[in-house]
Amino acid sequence: MINLVPRKEIPLRLTLTTTAVAVGLTLLAGAGIFGILGYDPLAALYQFFIAPVSRGYQVADLFVKACPLIIIASGLVFSYRANVWNIGAEGQMILGALFSGYVALYWGGMPAPLLLPVMILAGVLGGLAWAMIPAILKTRFNTNEILVSLMLTYVAALFIDWTVRGPWRDPMSFGFPLTPMYPDAGLIPKVDLPVIGRLAQLHWGVVGALVLSLVAWFVLRRTMVGFQVKVMGDAPRAGRFAGFSPALVTVLVLAISGGAAGLAGMVEASANIGQLQPNISFGYGFTAIIVAFLARLNPLGVIIAGLVVALAEMGGDSAQIAMGIPKVVTGVFKGILLFMLLAGETFNRYHVELRLPGAAARAAAAKETGGA
Amino acid sequence: MNGSSRPTTPSQGTPLLAATGICKRFGDFTANDEVGFEIAAGEIHALLGENGAGKSTFVKMVYGLLQPDSGQIMWRGEPVTIRSPQHARDLGIGMVFQHFSLFQALTVAENIALALPPGESLEDLSARVRKMSAEYGIGVDPEARIHNLSVGEQQRVEIVRCLLQDPSLLIMDEPTSVLTPQETEQLFDVLRRFSKAGVAILFISHKLEEIRALTQRATVLRRGRNIGTVKSASRSSKQLAEMMVGTSVGDIDRQARPSDGTVALFAVTGLDRAPETPFATPLRGLSFAARAGEVLGVAGIAGNGQDELMEALTGEWTGRSHGVITIDGQCITREGPSRRRQLGIGFVPEERNGHAAVPGMTLSDNALLTAHSLGSMVDRGVIRNSVTRQMAAEVASAFDVRLPQENPMASALSGGNLQKFVVGREISRRPQVFIVSQPTWGVDVGAALFIRRAMLELAASGSAVIMISQDLEEIFAISHRVAVLHDGAISAPMVTADTTAETIGLLMGGSVPLDNAGAGKGDAA
Amino acid sequence: MLEDLILTVLMTSVPLVYAATGELVVERSGVLNLGVEGMMLMGAVAAFGVAMVSGSLVLGVMAGAIAGMLTASLFGILVLGFATNQVATGLALTIFGTGLSGLAGAPLIGKAIEGLPQISLPVLSDLPLVGKLVFSHDLLAYGAVAMVAVVAYFLKRSRAGLVLRAIGDNHDSAHALGYPVLGVRFAAVLFGGFMAGIGGAYLPLMLTPHWAEGMTAGRGWISLALVVFASWMPWRVLVGALIFGGITIMQLAGQAEGWTVPSQFLSMLPYLATIIVLVLISRNRDFALANSPACLGRAFRPGK
Repeated sequence: MINLVPRKEIPLRLTLTTTAVAVGLTLLAGAGIFGILGYDPLAALYQFFIAPVSRGYQVADLFVKACPLIIIASGLVFSYRANVWNIGAEGQMILGALFSGYVALYWGGMPAPLLLPVMILAGVLGGLAWAMIPAILKTRFNTNEILVSLMLTYVAALFIDWTVRGPWRDPMSFGFPLTPMYPDAGLIPKVDLPVIGRLAQLHWGVVGALVLSLVAWFVLRRTMVGFQVKVMGDAPRAGRFAGFSPALVTVLVLAISGGAAGLAGMVEASANIGQLQPNISFGYGFTAIIVAFLARLNPLGVIIAGLVVALAEMGGDSAQIAMGIPKVVTGVFKGILLFMLLAGETFNRYHVELRLPGAAARAAAAKETGGA
Repeated sequence: MNGSSRPTTPSQGTPLLAATGICKRFGDFTANDEVGFEIAAGEIHALLGENGAGKSTFVKMVYGLLQPDSGQIMWRGEPVTIRSPQHARDLGIGMVFQHFSLFQALTVAENIALALPPGESLEDLSARVRKMSAEYGIGVDPEARIHNLSVGEQQRVEIVRCLLQDPSLLIMDEPTSVLTPQETEQLFDVLRRFSKAGVAILFISHKLEEIRALTQRATVLRRGRNIGTVKSASRSSKQLAEMMVGTSVGDIDRQARPSDGTVALFAVTGLDRAPETPFATPLRGLSFAARAGEVLGVAGIAGNGQDELMEALTGEWTGRSHGVITIDGQCITREGPSRRRQLGIGFVPEERNGHAAVPGMTLSDNALLTAHSLGSMVDRGVIRNSVTRQMAAEVASAFDVRLPQENPMASALSGGNLQKFVVGREISRRPQVFIVSQPTWGVDVGAALFIRRAMLELAASGSAVIMISQDLEEIFAISHRVAVLHDGAISAPMVTADTTAETIGLLMGGSVPLDNAGAGKGDAA
Repeated sequence: MLEDLILTVLMTSVPLVYAATGELVVERSGVLNLGVEGMMLMGAVAAFGVAMVSGSLVLGVMAGAIAGMLTASLFGILVLGFATNQVATGLALTIFGTGLSGLAGAPLIGKAIEGLPQISLPVLSDLPLVGKLVFSHDLLAYGAVAMVAVVAYFLKRSRAGLVLRAIGDNHDSAHALGYPVLGVRFAAVLFGGFMAGIGGAYLPLMLTPHWAEGMTAGRGWISLALVVFASWMPWRVLVGALIFGGITIMQLAGQAEGWTVPSQFLSMLPYLATIIVLVLISRNRDFALANSPACLGRAFRPGK
């Protein structure tokens, strides 16, 4: 049996230690799995976690890969802190891509400097609108947001599939499910510094993502908005007593997380793809949930967590190319990492006492004989 | 300690249950420290102590819910390790819990079946329940679903459930806390009958008169230690109270009665509220007013609308109602908690953890919780940490809140210290109106005294204090006038000094209609 | 033609019935396991692998069930032993199961199982009209109906079912009465894995005789929706599965017939229907109180 005794304070050192142990154990488990499958564990780990960033330009790619994860997870942190379980970021991201894509494809004629800002706005609105469905159903009818946001993800995926195969398909795409390319003014530019020049695929969206998570950190830590979110998550009754509206906070955090996911969809389509296709996201919306937890629901941690998870994604590609390891192994890593982190969180919050069945009785018996 | 607590009455032969040297620790907190205890067959034995004295911990070990860290339990003279409640029931130990352990979504019969050994069909069981409830005059319908029953009915289900197990030791954890004085008498009759039939009853309470009326012996616990076992009738309530709290109980001088002419500062007129869940009590046209300079007590048994009333007063609930709430003549019926605070009202709800305070947040954040709308703490949406910290520190020093470290989390404080903090947080702002529910529930005597004095001082300075309390002793100790809440309705306020506990008790139990309250006395005051 | 269509509908709903009935028991005990998709995939890959190697359908199904249970046990240890967040752990289980099944199934891609015997009721299935519809199913399809009946009886009539419902309603009280809350929940979680594993096994063994990465294609999530759709009542799971299965097939058939409604919109229907049912259930507070497990998703720690 496992006995859990709550801690009164959670020291930061403990949090860092359990996180490090969780990552370490994940690597160990990963090595074990590679071994069982007949690969050289060390070589596989190398391919997974070091090879993808062994060259400078690859580091830039890592940031590009982490960009949507950081954006989405920065928003999700608010939702989870408020104890609102938006797990439909994937769908909200798709809607963000669709809305901004519509602007790029059909209003592309507007003055060039305006196009990107309008697309950003549209992307945020798209994700936000999609997140408002679970928000309204939850506040109006007390409907479970987990299931609604999840169901809506499938609806969104089917919807974009129809859009790019149907009405928005580029007639010149030779039957591929693709829209036309965005106009140039609708593409997020690459970072091009005066002296250094371009850094591989690094684009301004990455810079935006980093700024966004800093802003999220400040809002959550220092402002009344963040305070309301945290109080509502920790003790909803105390929140109502304080004069905060549970409905408002629910709507707010779903708006923030949905808007962030929508923004990620816009950035991904505009900076990396340049058009719409059935697969905009590749599961970023779900992966970002892991990122948020890995970051212990701290927006600053999201940056590091986003990079770590992005590394695992890139590692999957690298290991597949170099050693023929199926790419799905990334999922195994992500799953184990999340398991370890969640168990680690338990060690943070509780003194964990492991007791073998009957140990108490045996201890008592030993005492008796000892005393006799 | 166990050595010193020899029973004062010789029991015939071996005691039914004897515990010696029982210790139980939770982390660094010692809940039971070398507790010794004996109960004989057919004896009604009180376990007396304040909240947190270790009574619950001790009986949980007797009932197999917890395992002692050390010590020995003897059952009918044989040493036993009570592994689980199941094992306890097999031995013949039954327990009625203070907070009901019923399953709301299940029927009465299903609930009872869960506490009995398997093998009996639900139909047979229902028949037995009907027979027993007829025998003892306890009305219980086996087909009813629990969530449709009142609090009193639910307790009857608990008792029937225990009795059907045919126990030789029945543990009752504060069974009267939800009962009217009259219902309490009925319960005592039933218990006495069982005692005559040879059933031992371990009766947990902190109500001294009840203990003297019902039990033969009392064992007193204080801070996890056995202070002694005495013949209940041989001690006065005051002596028992002193054993319980350790020091001589200080009396509070009630302040002079506020002058009759003072105007109503805070008034509620015709407040009604439809129940939103099957468990809620509807409010039925409540009207009362609190005057400057007085403490208005609202007496009543738990579950008669206290929570619903408190939510309406704080503004946590502002739903559809015909009622009007005013402060100083200004209507605040539709205003939320923040606006009401801005108008000079301070609130402390009953539950400290998760309602009055957020356990996982620091005291400075908990200071911000009820002061964020009052000016200096927030600047254009950004929290001013220096101000919140300073306020938390000031409240802590002014209200004798003992801090384990600087600006700790609320969960790191003991119940009494946290209660002093949440009361101090409001009173230090000198609110015009102070509304509090159960101000000293579950806190140590020292803290209770401190809090009651602070409320009286606030009233003396010209504020109106409304105190919802289930503790009649507390009501009589500090309130100038008292109104009774029963079944969602409220009586006219009566001058406390002109009334008696018996009168209030009858009103609380609904034996006397509320509109007969005080028969003009209250209004004349 | 119509007969075949109905038959396909019935077959499509079989895995949903298994997975949803298992999850229903889990949720009735107060645990929300969002990892159904992962458990189904693990069941599917184990079933396919073992059936291919051994040539035995029975062994394959058993392997699927065991794989589902093993996967579920991981969830159980974390959520019950370590009191981790159920939502996050369930998601992790799906991600993990999807990954591990893909990894383990990589060598199986492109292989097919040849000549597995169809187990059906020989004489009856030759009856005209109803014969084919009612009797020409594999045993697993009957098993699905039987499991629903067993679970319905278990929950409503049996002592153990009463204990399980009690634990889902109020785990503190159940603990106070001495019932092993975590033990019962762990058993329920294992049963959920067992059923999801069989549901998963049905896919590569019966529906499409091959293995593909992520071949459950969201059926685990649909099963979760189905439990809510059925408002935690076993027989309604059966009805709901037929409706959901019917929609899936209708969309495939529609595609073949060249219907004007794009197939994507038909595919959306189960998800939209679930949302509507969720709203209807949530609006009715009394109904929700009496039927949805009050402790769903809440962690339990013994000893306060």
